[in-house]
Amino acid sequence: MPQLSTAKIQQLITQKQHLSGALLPILHNIQDQYGYIPKLALPLIAKTLQQTEAEIYGVISFYAHFRMQPTGKHIVEICRGEACQAMGSQQLEQVLKQQLNCDYGQTTKDNSITLEPVYCLGNCACAPSIKVDKKVYGRMNADKFAHLSDQLRHYTIELESTDQGVVNEQTMGKIK
Amino acid sequence: MSINVYIPRDTSALAMGADDVVKALKFQTKLFHLPENKELNIIRNGSRGLFYLEPLIEVETKQGRIAYGPVTVDDVSSLLEHGILQGKTEHPLCLGLTKNIPYLAKQQRLTFARAGIINPLCIEDYLAHDGFKGLNKALTLSSQQLVDEIKNSGLRGRGGAAFPTGIKWQTVLDEKSCVKDNAKQPQKYIVCNADEGDSGTFADRLLMEADPFSLIEGMIIAGLAVGATQGFIYLRSEYPQAKIILKQAIQLAYKKHYLGQNILQSGKQFELELRLGAGAYICGEETSLLESLEGKRGLVRAKPPLPAIEGLFGKPTVVNNVISLATVPIILAKGADYYQYFGMGRSRGTLPFQLAGNIKQGGLVELAFGTSLADLVNDFGGGSYSGKPIKAIQVGGPLGAYLPQSQWHTELDYEAFANIEAVLGHGGIVVFDDSVNMAQQARFAMEFCSIESCGKCTPCRIGSVRGVETIDKIINDDNSQQNLELLTDLCDTMVDGSLCAMGGMTPFPVRSVIKHFNDDLMPTAQQQGEEI
Repeated sequence: MPQLSTAKIQQLITQKQHLSGALLPILHNIQDQYGYIPKLALPLIAKTLQQTEAEIYGVISFYAHFRMQPTGKHIVEICRGEACQAMGSQQLEQVLKQQLNCDYGQTTKDNSITLEPVYCLGNCACAPSIKVDKKVYGRMNADKFAHLSDQLRHYTIELESTDQGVVNEQTMGKIK
Repeated sequence: MSINVYIPRDTSALAMGADDVVKALKFQTKLFHLPENKELNIIRNGSRGLFYLEPLIEVETKQGRIAYGPVTVDDVSSLLEHGILQGKTEHPLCLGLTKNIPYLAKQQRLTFARAGIINPLCIEDYLAHDGFKGLNKALTLSSQQLVDEIKNSGLRGRGGAAFPTGIKWQTVLDEKSCVKDNAKQPQKYIVCNADEGDSGTFADRLLMEADPFSLIEGMIIAGLAVGATQGFIYLRSEYPQAKIILKQAIQLAYKKHYLGQNILQSGKQFELELRLGAGAYICGEETSLLESLEGKRGLVRAKPPLPAIEGLFGKPTVVNNVISLATVPIILAKGADYYQYFGMGRSRGTLPFQLAGNIKQGGLVELAFGTSLADLVNDFGGGSYSGKPIKAIQVGGPLGAYLPQSQWHTELDYEAFANIEAVLGHGGIVVFDDSVNMAQQARFAMEFCSIESCGKCTPCRIGSVRGVETIDKIINDDNSQQNLELLTDLCDTMVDGSLCAMGGMTPFPVRSVIKHFNDDLMPTAQQQGEEI
């Protein structure tokens, strides 16, 4: 994560400023770098786009994806959609909350995992699904998750590239 | 010589461990000696849509591709021992020739003809499988001829609303009034709605990950048809894998001059940009999507004006779903007659149905309109995953009705579904076994609306919250008869008074539960009724 600085944030804004309807691309650009949108960014975005800070905040708060607080090392999202419900996601949800000892919108005490709800990951034929950062996991259950969360807490998971020179951000990489 | 092995990089395949299988296969082939002068070539294709078989490995042989699945890391060594790389068929996971797997062989693949067959990021592969034939044809036709072709095909919007695509295009094509200087064409836009938020649907995602050039080709043709030079794909942020693939596909299309200022040296221009949503279901509604693209909160706009007249940045805009646009190339390549030959009544062509939820064989089934739900769920789906009896099927996403067994023989056709107060929507089919409590499903419909409502109109914003409260009272036997009346009234208000389909259709699943699953909603009232 780059250091939190006005200059760096302004640079991230400037990269997307030329686009028509630039606000969402700007917010994505900042959140991709920092994992959240620092408060510091609001006046900078507002000034660049000639909007008020309230308007920028209004947009950030409308979208579930954008956040203004840092998260734990990983974000675990549990799908609450109907297809996952049909495969017992509501029970899974309770078990996962117990395992992590935290509710939606909260982070585990060791700061390793932030838990969030999500409404459909498009993996509805292999439900129930969860997403860890950018990777989706299908047919999730309590045992599988216990193993997975243990890895998330205790190991560094690296991104790696896959075949054909294509960088696959989703690949759950080597465990160091 | 290389041995070509296909292992998908589709989200669902990855979610079931495809990357781990690739690693295991690479590692273990080093231990097993390959036949002389042969090397392993793993191609990361899209999925065939047979998700119950993922990760599905295919090995190319002289007879065609041989399929093995679902493969786990633990199966890799025994597969190698049984000669998977030679395409031998002894292993229990061997499914024979992929094209002969009944689930696939019984389908009518038009839009998804290439899914899982080609490498999604190889233009040569796309060309070898009829890619860009539609565009080449389109470049020889006038705008009006193109719009007429789509009109004649009978194609209707596959996002769910089923509005005739050709009529939408005609409106945008005709829109010239907004410029005072008639010599200059007004800026127009093609917007692809790739905000596939309905639970139980994955057709858009599968297509974008398996065959992204068909979407790009469809958008270019749409641009030629209505005179738009700029396109946007609005993709939901929950689809990171589709983002990676689309982004690269667009870059490749620019590199080979399918996109840009001079498409295939025709002098025609089309620019395409990928934009990401940010976790708002409502942005799948077209006017909310346009607001979001403009960098605002995704508040629904009142219609009129239609987006076709005042859309993105106030300019005439075609907003079409991924599947609608990706179907355009085959209509151009094979002709409107070919496409409209499939289907029934006013529902022409095919729809990719998506079998999801508690289903044994979940996946994508592209078929002409007119088949029945029972056929899909039993013949293709193989019944419930749990093995228990199926109790309800929700068709068309969170805003679609729950259908009881008595309605499973309804033909899958827009009008036939409308007649039973149901919707086909985007073709999502979510199966529930008999462990489901339908009162909770009705409650969730209201809860989902309260979470995802944009908040602009009162029936949706407040109605959904009151809906949850009222259903809770009914469940808890608190004046349940009066509260049921109240809930019925509330549903009417939401249907009649909401600005868009979010509030206007949330009552569909609720009403279907009241009508068909009242035992779950009011068990005590039912008992009392029986006593009398």
